[in-house]
Amino acid sequence: MATKPKLHYPNGRGRMESVRWVLAAAGVEFDEEFLETKEQLQKLQDGNHLLFQQVPMVEIDGMKLVQTRSILHYIAEKHHLFGKDLKERTLIDMYVEGTLDLLELIIMHPFLKPDDQQKEVVNMAQKAIIRYFPVFEKVLREHGQRFLVGNQLSLADVILLQTILALEEKIPNILSAFPHLQEFTVKISNIPTIKKFLEPGSKKKPPPDDIYVRTVYNIFMP
Amino acid sequence: MTTKPKLCYFRGRGRMESIRWLLAAAGVEFEEEFIETREQYEKLQKEGLLLFGQVPMVEIDGMVLTQTRAILSYLAAKYDSYGKDLKETVRINMYADGTLDLMMMIALAAFKPPEEKEENLTLIVKKAKTRYFPVFEKILNDRGEDFLVGNKFSWADIQLLEVILMVEELDASVLADFPLLKAFEARISNIPTIRKFLQPGSPRKSILQF
Repeated sequence: MATKPKLHYPNGRGRMESVRWVLAAAGVEFDEEFLETKEQLQKLQDGNHLLFQQVPMVEIDGMKLVQTRSILHYIAEKHHLFGKDLKERTLIDMYVEGTLDLLELIIMHPFLKPDDQQKEVVNMAQKAIIRYFPVFEKVLREHGQRFLVGNQLSLADVILLQTILALEEKIPNILSAFPHLQEFTVKISNIPTIKKFLEPGSKKKPPPDDIYVRTVYNIFMP
Repeated sequence: MTTKPKLCYFRGRGRMESIRWLLAAAGVEFEEEFIETREQYEKLQKEGLLLFGQVPMVEIDGMVLTQTRAILSYLAAKYDSYGKDLKETVRINMYADGTLDLMMMIALAAFKPPEEKEENLTLIVKKAKTRYFPVFEKILNDRGEDFLVGNKFSWADIQLLEVILMVEELDASVLADFPLLKAFEARISNIPTIRKFLQPGSPRKSILQF
């Protein structure tokens, strides 16, 4: 019997949330060990469990994987969320990389100075509306399919949905000029594994709050 | 006759340099279009060649690729530098991602104000010596092989050599405590395609070109 993957990270979204999304989308149950103190992090580092002394770290298939992108690629490849050939995989990769750039703004947002936070919401909205959403709207409009690549669910769809929903929490009408993305959001959210992840009681983490920010500072600041 | 890949970027290292390394290591000749004016950049955007309005961009095999890591992953797979199975690939990815983090710190240092630059570069050398190089020294020690993964030359080896040379430009003695990395550096530098890339006149960009 295979052991479940085990995720090591603070109890919040951060860089691990994409991993939670992909595992959930693939229908893979997982355990979590939440980092709460600097001592816990030190213990992981001293025990050589973290390749570059950093989290996220995922114990899976006898390995201790680090580096968010590497983890996402591994899970996607293993669970057939990475296209049918190298060309599809590369397209998915490009879309994921772009979306992760946008998601990065959301991840860093709670750690900005309060005065900068409102300005950054405007920046995020602009980047989403001018640089990223038009690309995906066009892709969906042009091929008329449900998924971004190859007419099947991929890592690109999962990460895009994650990012759209996170942005909607801050800017509720952010998809107003993108009808195909609105449809995409509904369709992908209704995939059974994803629908389950979006229901209360799942491992999906709530938006970052002051407690999360404080915990992160306590763990990672020297 | 296939067309050569075409790289589109500024005349400097930045995010394109790892791509140049990979192509060169694979013995692939390529062309470069250097963006030197705002007009050139806007022209590329208008032509719809830049997916998210950004470079690096590489035209290869009938595709227009952007996003550094996506390009690197494609090339690594295409040139059989990505391991023999998923477990090897993920190790290569982790090592490459680590080196890319360190290289990004160095690339971004160029844009820091002069008064912060020295402190920044010292910090980078320290990170290299405490966080990254010990990891690779240990891998080479534990496995006793010539290469990082699967006893075969891979993308991870190219990335490691690239970052070693970049950090040595900041501090020539940085490998003093890493004998296996020193040997690795000599060994990988002597691979014919890489030796060629390290010679003057190659597409390799210099430290002065950010």
